[in-house]
Amino acid sequence: MFDLDRWTEIFQTLSKNKLRTALSGFTIAFAILLFTLLFGIGNGLKHTFEKQFAGDAQNSVYIRSGKTTKPYKGLQSGRKVQFKNEDTKFINEQFEKNIQFFSPNIERFNVRAIYKGEQNNYTVRGVYPDYQPLESAVMIEGRFISVLDLKKRAKVVAIGKLVEEDLFKNFPALGRNISLDGISYRVIGVFSDPGGDNDERYIYMPFSTAQGMYRSNDELDQFGLTFNPALNVDKALAFTNLLEKVLKEKHQVDPRDQSALRVQNYAEGTKNVQQFMTVLNIIILFIGIGTLIAGIIGISNIMVYIVKERTKELGIRKALGATPQSIIGMIMMESIFVTALAGYAGLMIGVFTLKAIGSSLEKYFIVNPSVETYVVVGATIILIIAGTIAGYIPAKRASSIKPIEALNDQ
Amino acid sequence: MIRLHNLHKSYPIGHDSLHVLKGLDLHIKEGEFVSIMGSSGSGKSTLLNIIGLLDTHDTGEYILNGQTIEHLNEKKAAVLRNKFLGFVFQSFNLINYKTALENVALPLYYKGIGRKERQVIAMEYLEKVGLKERASHLPSELSGGEKQRVAIARALATNPKVVLADEPTGALDTVTSHSVMELLRTINNEGMTVVVITHEEDIAEDTDRIVRLRDGVIISDEKVNKKAKA
Repeated sequence: MFDLDRWTEIFQTLSKNKLRTALSGFTIAFAILLFTLLFGIGNGLKHTFEKQFAGDAQNSVYIRSGKTTKPYKGLQSGRKVQFKNEDTKFINEQFEKNIQFFSPNIERFNVRAIYKGEQNNYTVRGVYPDYQPLESAVMIEGRFISVLDLKKRAKVVAIGKLVEEDLFKNFPALGRNISLDGISYRVIGVFSDPGGDNDERYIYMPFSTAQGMYRSNDELDQFGLTFNPALNVDKALAFTNLLEKVLKEKHQVDPRDQSALRVQNYAEGTKNVQQFMTVLNIIILFIGIGTLIAGIIGISNIMVYIVKERTKELGIRKALGATPQSIIGMIMMESIFVTALAGYAGLMIGVFTLKAIGSSLEKYFIVNPSVETYVVVGATIILIIAGTIAGYIPAKRASSIKPIEALNDQ
Repeated sequence: MIRLHNLHKSYPIGHDSLHVLKGLDLHIKEGEFVSIMGSSGSGKSTLLNIIGLLDTHDTGEYILNGQTIEHLNEKKAAVLRNKFLGFVFQSFNLINYKTALENVALPLYYKGIGRKERQVIAMEYLEKVGLKERASHLPSELSGGEKQRVAIARALATNPKVVLADEPTGALDTVTSHSVMELLRTINNEGMTVVVITHEEDIAEDTDRIVRLRDGVIISDEKVNKKAKA
């Protein structure tokens, strides 16, 4: 294997037969290049969808209210449906089994936040501790709202990463007091949110604190919950349909009235996205396998052709004392060498092309088109193995035909 | 050097078989210069292939350099070829992308001789056939006579016991043919056993002994009359 003479012989054969070497090398390089590009672009599409639908828990449900548009049971349209604390209790009791996390929500827009000289306007939400997993918020420092905060109506807040950056610049916000509309709150935690910039500009405070501060009674704005992850998509949809029906009855809303009370289940969207992703994955896989097969067929053809073309030469070598093993070894090492080198070249060209054009493709919904290293290396190895087998079969045949027949080959 | 006894060989053709060699007895001693003659189909090429270990015989006995040849696998045959035999072919059979020097050095490579030594030995033999200054030329840049000289140098490179030449002059004109035969004669004079296959009478007469084949049997085996040649 590491016989210098043997390699010299191989390099000579390859360099003296440039067209042949170039052809087989090109086939391999092109197959790997195509594979890398297509796979990368496919991954880019996938990334776009993942980014678009990331941010909230995949099983989240939001319940919002508005004004009625249909008269119902003697009540006029245009009536405002208002959730109250008793609704929180009702939902919690009625649907306990189907609910994983649950939180009412009071939202206050454009709250002026001040820390020392810096100030800015943010949306403040009053929530339960359960709201953290609902938003998929990740604590960077400190903690989220706790049950105790809720009970004590504590004047504490958890702020988004960008709020900290805006107001505190490079200093840690944890433990400092900030002023919201003139009232001082202690920062108990800083969080990041995969949902992106908007979600990292929220300020969360205990629900009870917010209700006391911004509402004169026990009213609230909306509910967020996640359904039990043990439910499949169909059962989850059945659950939210029931939830909507029960709530509409409770608030005397026409079952067909869509704007008075809405239960929005992300599972519906998730289902579609997941189906789409599955299809996309299958397409990517198909393209990948297809390209590889094309490459394998290409290299196999070329190897068969090369051995056929060299039959006479192999006959001469045998007449001069080449053993069958040395013939097989020579052809296979040539094949492996060319395949590995060309495969590597194709891989590099592909990866660099993806890097180079990657950012310019974002307007075509392709984000960060890249290929996992193990995938391309795997593909190259498969091609090398295929090239080896493709070389081995004809090489074996060539080595076993009698030298006299090989010599007579025209 | 070469001893054949009751040698048979047949080739299968469909369900039948073609009986090519029908019990040959032949003894070629060391240092002889022998030609085997016969028209096409007489079995002379088959005989040469068997002697050259490029093909196997069916029954009978073949002793090469005191070693009985039987049950040879490809690998053993390859080693014996490399060790004992040098080949010269009608169509030269040089590897077209290798230079004259590299062609001559190739059997030395299979003999396991190091790169530098190969070059030196190959150059020695090229010089012997008078082609030292053509060493770096490709076969396509050489004339037919020159190609055959390179092939002869290649056959000699491993210092074999026997040189087997299959119609070595078949593709050459008369003048070149005789210069090639002279080269073989020179080699023979240095003690090498040389076997030439030919169907040309005047080429055969350049050798010392003519064995004539017809239909797979030897019909005559006689010394060449030196006086008549002179």
